[in-house]
Amino acid sequence: MPGPIQSLERAAAILRLLAGGERRLGLSDVASSLGLAKGTAHGILRTLQQEGFVEQDPVTGKYQLGAELLRLGNSYLDVHELRARALVWTDDLARSSGEAAYLGVLHQQGVLIVHHVFRPDDSRQVLDVGAMQPLHSTALGKVLAAYDPVAHREAAESEWSALTARTLTDAASFEEELALVRARGWAADLEETWDGVASVAAPVHDRRRMPVGAVGVTGAVERVCDGDGVRAGLVAAVRDCARAVSRDLGAGRF
Amino acid sequence: MTDSTTTPAGSHGSGPFIAAIDQGTTSSRCIVFDRDGRIVAVDQKEHEQIFPKPGWVEHDAAEIWTNVQEVVAGAIGRAAQDIPGFTPADVKAIGITNQRETTLLWDRHTGEPVHNALVWQDTRTDALCRELGRNVGQDRFRRETGLPLASYFAGPKIRWLLDNVEGLRERAEAGDILFGTMDSWVIWNLTGGVNGGVHVTDVTNASRTLLMNLHTLNWDERILASIEVPAAVLPEIRSSSEVYGTTSVGGLADVPVASALGDQQAALFGQTCFSEGEAKSTYGTGTFMLMNTGDTPVNSYNGLITTVGYRIGDADPVYALEGSIAVTGSLVQWMRDQMGLISTAAEIETLASSVEDNGGAYFVPAFSGLFAPYWRDDARGVIAGLTRYVTKAHIARAVLEATAWQTREIADAMTKDSGVDLTALKVDGGMTSNNLLMQTLADFLDAPVVRPMVAETTCLGAAYAAGLAVGFWPDTDALRANWKRAAEWTPRMDAAKRDREYKSWLKAVQATMGWIDEEH
Repeated sequence: MPGPIQSLERAAAILRLLAGGERRLGLSDVASSLGLAKGTAHGILRTLQQEGFVEQDPVTGKYQLGAELLRLGNSYLDVHELRARALVWTDDLARSSGEAAYLGVLHQQGVLIVHHVFRPDDSRQVLDVGAMQPLHSTALGKVLAAYDPVAHREAAESEWSALTARTLTDAASFEEELALVRARGWAADLEETWDGVASVAAPVHDRRRMPVGAVGVTGAVERVCDGDGVRAGLVAAVRDCARAVSRDLGAGRF
Repeated sequence: MTDSTTTPAGSHGSGPFIAAIDQGTTSSRCIVFDRDGRIVAVDQKEHEQIFPKPGWVEHDAAEIWTNVQEVVAGAIGRAAQDIPGFTPADVKAIGITNQRETTLLWDRHTGEPVHNALVWQDTRTDALCRELGRNVGQDRFRRETGLPLASYFAGPKIRWLLDNVEGLRERAEAGDILFGTMDSWVIWNLTGGVNGGVHVTDVTNASRTLLMNLHTLNWDERILASIEVPAAVLPEIRSSSEVYGTTSVGGLADVPVASALGDQQAALFGQTCFSEGEAKSTYGTGTFMLMNTGDTPVNSYNGLITTVGYRIGDADPVYALEGSIAVTGSLVQWMRDQMGLISTAAEIETLASSVEDNGGAYFVPAFSGLFAPYWRDDARGVIAGLTRYVTKAHIARAVLEATAWQTREIADAMTKDSGVDLTALKVDGGMTSNNLLMQTLADFLDAPVVRPMVAETTCLGAAYAAGLAVGFWPDTDALRANWKRAAEWTPRMDAAKRDREYKSWLKAVQATMGWIDEEH
């Protein structure tokens, strides 16, 4: 095992020095307290500042702890907050796509449906909020497994049950599929969970670019796909929706 | 990737379009809709809330008019940016919905307001209303107007201004002063102001003045005399859906101004509650529930208000019963801001979902008395049924249940007054994102609760009414076809359990009453 990384140790020491009470220290205070060259201390402080862990007073030039440190310990995004932010965008997704829209998050070993918008026809439909879907076969699940390492581990340890003849049931082809998801930025489920049903999904990120959920549409394979797989217009609508929700959560433009 | 647009790309077609202005209590907005009723562009601007004394709330009407012009220009500008080939001529009509009852008097020659607008929440006319009730009480004008004598309504606010602004009564009687709720103010300015602006209001706004007779839809001369409001200040009462004039503000050119509806009536219209017995409930900081009662104004003996729902052109007016709940979303805000039990409003659902039931606790948020159907200003809030077992999660559950039970009480009153059972409730407003609340509502009402795909039902209602007036949509059936169900919650509560819990709720309500001793 390699030894401790010196610059990280020094950064930790600086954070400890700045912690506790309303402490504001100048560059030379920091450097001399820790026995560092001013240039070294400045480099570390600049880096911490870029990450938001340290803030510099524009007038006095003194340093203090940054707001990002507080957020670190309190980073969990409430799923009901996520639903509230997604509401108008998923309504629009359902309307423009003509299919049912879903918002899912990782929960234990599966995808928890936290929001569901009916397909905009007058057919009888049942609200699926609270239902669980498998990680390894659904578009929502593949998106989560591709972008969230915890979801990836859960998927890798899952049972890989063959839900239809088309379900991927071995680790190698699943990993290949996830690589494709990451490369394209969206996932598809072509009759891999339910016969006759296809879905497409894209990731939702929060303001720190963390994957917090997946949004997508699900419908009859005849409507969702054309000769070349999932219809391009549908992919665009789903990705637009995912971007809009992400932006509402504070994620930067991309 | 290139920069993304604010609405899903490629999802709205080309024109033509209808615009709607929502002149609300805290902000003014303009939304442009396409033929499917989908949002194409939005702009919004807040205005100042002026509190000269405790209980007094005013708006600067000049600021509001400036903001309205800006948001119209802003929304048109956005549409031009986002829609290839868009020109302002693609907007075929513009409609207006507004905060109801807020009262303004202005000089017809200069266009200057003579005083800030008195906002519906302003309680300065409390004493005047009691005085006007004389020996009859607050129902003195109920048979004619459908309303109790309460400080919200415009008539007594006009009287206060005439009594308190130096020399105003003389100018009013001489015909130099115009009265309007915000619809009238906006339409008068849109159509030219001092240069030929039309001075009109619609039946729904007029039905909130305490001055209009619900049966004749004209100003009631006897009531005008009682409240001492000169007829010379009053606008002409028109339907909710007809061309009042044309406007050229915000980059538009001679676009018909073609609808006006009070905000709650606009939501009823936007929810396409066009048949008798259909009802909508809007869940914001407070909640307003309206039920279409067809072509007859139904008298309420259960604490509801009788009001005009809408009138399309020369067609018969459609009436509605209205019940309001003072504290719903604001109770969740109170849990967040005053109690600190949650950090965002959405977290109430997380906390409430962590337990199976309310643990025996009931929360009646009678913070400023009880509204419909009780109308008791001596009541104050209680949390009843507390034991050592109760946790903050049970209280969170009781908070959500309070909104659902209060809705149930209004629905019961509507059924008693109208004789029509509620078959389904259409909901809108911010709290509809709360899944647990919506399920609880279906359970307590024992009726399906349905959310439409457009959240902006208020603006949509104004757009629909304007579009009907200019033939953009042929009839209300075409509007119904636009209405899409986004979600539906069906009741799944055991009937005996519902009855038992309703009884407990009603006991908790009793416990709120009589807390405040005889008034001041």
